Amino acid sequence: MTAAATRRGGPRKLDAASQEWLDGLRGAGPAREKAAGRLHALLLGAARFEIARRRQALSYLGSGELDELARDAADDAAVSVLRRLDDFRGESRFTTWAYKFALLEASVKVRRRAWRDREVTLEPETWSQFEHPAPGPDWNAERAAVLAAIQEGIRTALTPHQRRVLVALALNGVPIDVLAERLGTTRGALYKTLHDARRKLRAHLQEHGLTEDW
Amino acid sequence: MSDPDLDLTLLRLLGPTEPEIGCDECFEQLDRYVDAELAGAAAHALMPGLRAHLAGCPACAEEHESLRALLELGAHG
Repeated sequence: MTAAATRRGGPRKLDAASQEWLDGLRGAGPAREKAAGRLHALLLGAARFEIARRRQALSYLGSGELDELARDAADDAAVSVLRRLDDFRGESRFTTWAYKFALLEASVKVRRRAWRDREVTLEPETWSQFEHPAPGPDWNAERAAVLAAIQEGIRTALTPHQRRVLVALALNGVPIDVLAERLGTTRGALYKTLHDARRKLRAHLQEHGLTEDW
Repeated sequence: MSDPDLDLTLLRLLGPTEPEIGCDECFEQLDRYVDAELAGAAAHALMPGLRAHLAGCPACAEEHESLRALLELGAHG
């Protein structure tokens, strides 16, 4: 059992279908092969589902290329599921637990493929869309002050790395997995940077007496 | 930039106000969270911080929506 599974306490009684999945995948010989085949089919179905949902981002790809992407995602998800089988403790159904690996692999592959030939701009100076917002019906003086303070906070309160990450993710719409790949880091590490940057910006607003009900 | 766009930009810049978990913890809990949601249980109370994370992380939010949709399709399809 892995450390993650151990941290969550003792074993829990599984539902019959989940137990059958585990028994099959932990078995040997033809029964194990059959279970592994069922698992791959399950994951491939989930990966195809996800790619169909996101296909607008890859409208230039043909059905064969999209299916190849789904197969790659299912292959990678199957490796993850089998490697982490001991982490499954029956807190959900086994199929729900397995699906999330396929959806993650497929969605990451779609985002990265969609941005494969696009430049990721990391310069904070590219935030022109945010610098001069047009006043709308709900516009008020406090909102204008919040925007001005955010702009100042981005410039003065953040480290250069926090500024680059915040601007890329929050203003330039770069998907977090794409930025993680370009910077050689992980989604979790980037989100931590984003979280810290947001916390500093909020603190900056509070220092300027701005409330959060804008 | 219209006001709805501005609201979204402010959310993306400032993030959720509630305490939130990170992406790795979100992935660990997502299956349990969605199963609880679909069973009508108090998913947010069981896994505090996950809802806020979904509000602050578009990638995790997409995967949450997809897992929910996939399970709903299985239940009704």
